[in-house]
Amino acid sequence: MTYQPQADFGTPASRSDEQVTLTIDGREVTVPAGTSVMRAASEQGTSIPKLCATDSLASFGSCRLCLVEIEGRRGTPASCTTPVEPGMVVKTQTPHLAKLRKGVMELYISDHPLDCLTCAANGDCELQDQAGAVGLRDVRYAADATHLGQTKDHSNPYFDFDPSKCIVCSRCVRACDEVQGTLALTVQGRGFGSKISAGLSSDNFLGSECVSCGACVQACPTATLVEKKVVEIGTPERSVVTTCAYCGVGCTFRAEMRGEQLVRMVPWKDGKANRGHSCVKGRFAWGYAQHQDRILKPMIRASIDQPWREVEWDEAFAYAASELKRISAKYGKHALGGITSSRCTNEETFLVQKLVRAGFGNNNVDTCARVCHSPTGYGLKTTFGTSAGTQDFDSVEDSDVILVIGANPTDGHPVFASRMKKRLRQGAKLIVIDPRRTDLVRSPHIEAQHHLALRPGTNVAVLTAIAHTIVTEGLVDEAFVRERCDWDEYREWADFVSQARNSPEMLEPVTQVPAAELRAAARLYATGGNGAIYYGLGVTEHSQGSSTVMAIANLAMATGNIGRRGVGVNPLRGQNNVQGACDMGSFPHELSGYRHISDGETRRLFEGEWGVPLDPEPGLRIPNMLDAATDGVFKALYVQGEDILQSDPNTKHVAAGLAAMECVIVHDLFLNETANYAHIFLPGSTFLEKNGTFTNAERRIQPVRKVMTPLNGLEDWEVTQELARAMGLDWNYAHPSEIMDEIARLTPSFKGVSFDRLDQEGSLQWPVNDAAPDGSPIMHIDGFVRGKGKFVVTDYVPTDEKTGPRFPLLLTTGRILSQYNVGAQTRRTDNVLWHEEDLLEIHPVDAEDRGIKDGDWVKLASRAGETTLRATVTERVAPGVVYTTFHHPLTQANVVTTDYSDWATNCPEYKVTAVQISPSNGPTDWQEDYEAQARRSRRIAEAEAAE
Amino acid sequence: MSSTLDNLVRMANQIAANLQHEPDPAAATAEHIHLFWDPRMKRMIFDHDGTGLSPDAAKAIAALKASA
Ligand code: SF4
Ligand code: SF4
Ligand code: SF4
Ligand code: FES
Repeated sequence: MTYQPQADFGTPASRSDEQVTLTIDGREVTVPAGTSVMRAASEQGTSIPKLCATDSLASFGSCRLCLVEIEGRRGTPASCTTPVEPGMVVKTQTPHLAKLRKGVMELYISDHPLDCLTCAANGDCELQDQAGAVGLRDVRYAADATHLGQTKDHSNPYFDFDPSKCIVCSRCVRACDEVQGTLALTVQGRGFGSKISAGLSSDNFLGSECVSCGACVQACPTATLVEKKVVEIGTPERSVVTTCAYCGVGCTFRAEMRGEQLVRMVPWKDGKANRGHSCVKGRFAWGYAQHQDRILKPMIRASIDQPWREVEWDEAFAYAASELKRISAKYGKHALGGITSSRCTNEETFLVQKLVRAGFGNNNVDTCARVCHSPTGYGLKTTFGTSAGTQDFDSVEDSDVILVIGANPTDGHPVFASRMKKRLRQGAKLIVIDPRRTDLVRSPHIEAQHHLALRPGTNVAVLTAIAHTIVTEGLVDEAFVRERCDWDEYREWADFVSQARNSPEMLEPVTQVPAAELRAAARLYATGGNGAIYYGLGVTEHSQGSSTVMAIANLAMATGNIGRRGVGVNPLRGQNNVQGACDMGSFPHELSGYRHISDGETRRLFEGEWGVPLDPEPGLRIPNMLDAATDGVFKALYVQGEDILQSDPNTKHVAAGLAAMECVIVHDLFLNETANYAHIFLPGSTFLEKNGTFTNAERRIQPVRKVMTPLNGLEDWEVTQELARAMGLDWNYAHPSEIMDEIARLTPSFKGVSFDRLDQEGSLQWPVNDAAPDGSPIMHIDGFVRGKGKFVVTDYVPTDEKTGPRFPLLLTTGRILSQYNVGAQTRRTDNVLWHEEDLLEIHPVDAEDRGIKDGDWVKLASRAGETTLRATVTERVAPGVVYTTFHHPLTQANVVTTDYSDWATNCPEYKVTAVQISPSNGPTDWQEDYEAQARRSRRIAEAEAAE
Repeated sequence: MSSTLDNLVRMANQIAANLQHEPDPAAATAEHIHLFWDPRMKRMIFDHDGTGLSPDAAKAIAALKASA
């Protein structure tokens, strides 16, 4: 278990199928064509000294340390830039090479501070290693001019830049260009004068374009770019591979530890979702795990106006169980429910829904996916037969046209965005459908061929107009449709979209997208080669969210863009385990694996395993629970890892619902906003403190591994198990692997999943069953899961949420890179440096009409409520549209969102609210009252003095 | 009307409006409500006199109620 850095083969692996055999130091090696001599040697166990090469970057050939001799060739070529050839005979160690390498090293070291013993990277520095590898013992020249003693840049909260230690290998610059795609760094000057700079020479890292992804820090072979934590704590001594708990990309990391202390999270090169890359959240923003606001002891109170009282776990469980039983006896079992979390593991989620179904005796369980991707489940199940995306992330490497609709991947799914941008820089074409000019529309070396800046709420109309163009211009892949889809349904759909009323021209007044531009985009998607669609919450969070998902599926089927690499329909999932929470049976109408609760055979399977009868009727969804609560018939709620008060729409209604309940149990890391209305608080554990699995947006099930003891004493699955036992259920799981075994027994698509298999494979993409024992990276290859693909007519039905004289603007919401959803975690890290408050984006014309200047306080009002925040005047949004994020509780953006929702799933219509903006001079009464109530509610009674 | 009932009426109408292209919109609406609404929501809309419901939504609910 001692610390081993990740293997570095020097140059990237070649994807060629052709094999080449050569001889290196007398031994034969066979590698794919296109492999470098350096990598071939390294794979065979010979590491050639190197400085400017690393296997996450294309080789560059600048340091001249990796020289080799090749029989029949003159000179000493650099092994990192020389590809293997059949029959090549290479020598990596000769006296001549040793002398050359020593000379190179000597030059580097003569201009390097020799403070190795006190350097933060001591023992983890490639320069130091290579000096050893080439046998450098002394430096003959004292350099007259050096780069020593330059000012350090400490501005980034997570890493330092010490230019005195820089060897100008440009690995950082290339990492920022090639891996991250931000192009924040440059090499300024030439020769001896060259140095690395973040933007202008006056800029520091924090003030630059840098998004703090950490790729440059990882690429740096010296201590020039180094994590502040390494400086503070020291170099790690062991590592454990685990999965990021932030977003649905599901990056895997090595948690590098010193004892029980986390030193740093380093993206794992073998991670199949992230391929060694990360974003600022997963890489650096884990400080919340040790934040002083974490609640570590259970707490109870009889009513929400009382202060909290700390109790032992036993008392908390006993009290919770007695309250739940009392309420069940008094109001009936349907008065109870639970909410699972997309942030918790599959195993934890599975247990919460099991507690509701088997313990509470009803199906009142829902999950936060209700408010984000429930329409994806409905739409893709209806059309394709599976409630999930069709591709793995690698697939984008083969895409020719990428259509992004209602997603902002550079902010929401940054690591996947970097991979997408890499493909775009290689020449793939881009279509963006979004009311806002997102960063993707125009960024360094990338420009969308078409940006369809539609009016919020008109997705279905835009997609129908695209379909109209494809069908009426004869661009349908008829062979695919005839073979793979139901032809009659296709005909009906084609007739519908072909109607003149669905043409881009007729719909232009509704969508505000110029018809010619829309037609051009449609042609590009249909005829530009492999077309892949990526979408996010800008698709689902609408009154026609489910219809939009089906409209997207229709387009993919009509153009034959499904069932192979490079194509597909890909929901970009918000939270780390949205996919998993949905898979695990968190919805009130479904058991795990998306089987309807009314299906007797499935129910019997569960009843056999669980030993209790199950209710065959669907339960309440979150909004329905809140309605039932205000009606006085829903009285108790167990909420795990979810902050419905802040994240759900129409805050006032949520608050009224919670206030009407008699027992709200919040199981979380922090006293979140929902906890202001709670009677029992069960402290949660972080992803670093527990074992389990998360499933990312590619259906990839990945291990979450415990790297430290839970500060609160129990892993979350243990808390749920103890609560269940206190309620009289006979649960005896000794480890989450046993929960996964039960999931596998009960869920056909998980049949072949176990912790042992995950340990062996690293990850598995469901379905993992007899037909696909190693999982399914790409779905619907030979046929759709449901049999024939189903075209569904999706008529545009305008939302009931209309602008008018009182509320003339449309508000749409989203999130930004450095913050995560309700911000409970990221607000408790230095990420606040990038986003101190939620801002309202407003177009200059709308701002001027209202006398609003950049930075002014404004009042944002809708028919549901009003709040205040600061305005930023920008052309990113179209006239008539305003935009904000919802990361900060005091802004309470959801005070203004309404309870209108998707017709099929009740997913709230966050993306469209009619609002008015006016100048303001401070918080609204609601904000002030809310803050006072929150302060009151968070009081914790002083512990009684010890005897 | 309670706000919950308002919501249910709006939801039923929305479902019917989005299923207009099904061969039998009322039957499709009934099926959707059957699959996704909890028993109390169904009871509430069954007990409602139909005010505010679109023709297909009303037909769907009448059919569901008859089969309940
Ligand atoms: S942290 Fe990322 S974005 Fe910032 S300079 Fe380094 S590679 Fe570029
Ligand atoms: S900062 Fe590090 S990676 Fe960048 S040029 Fe200097 S030594 Fe190389
Ligand atoms: S992209 Fe998502 S999963 Fe990856 S590090 Fe960032 S937040 Fe974590
Ligand atoms: S490692 Fe090959 S030239 Fe630097």
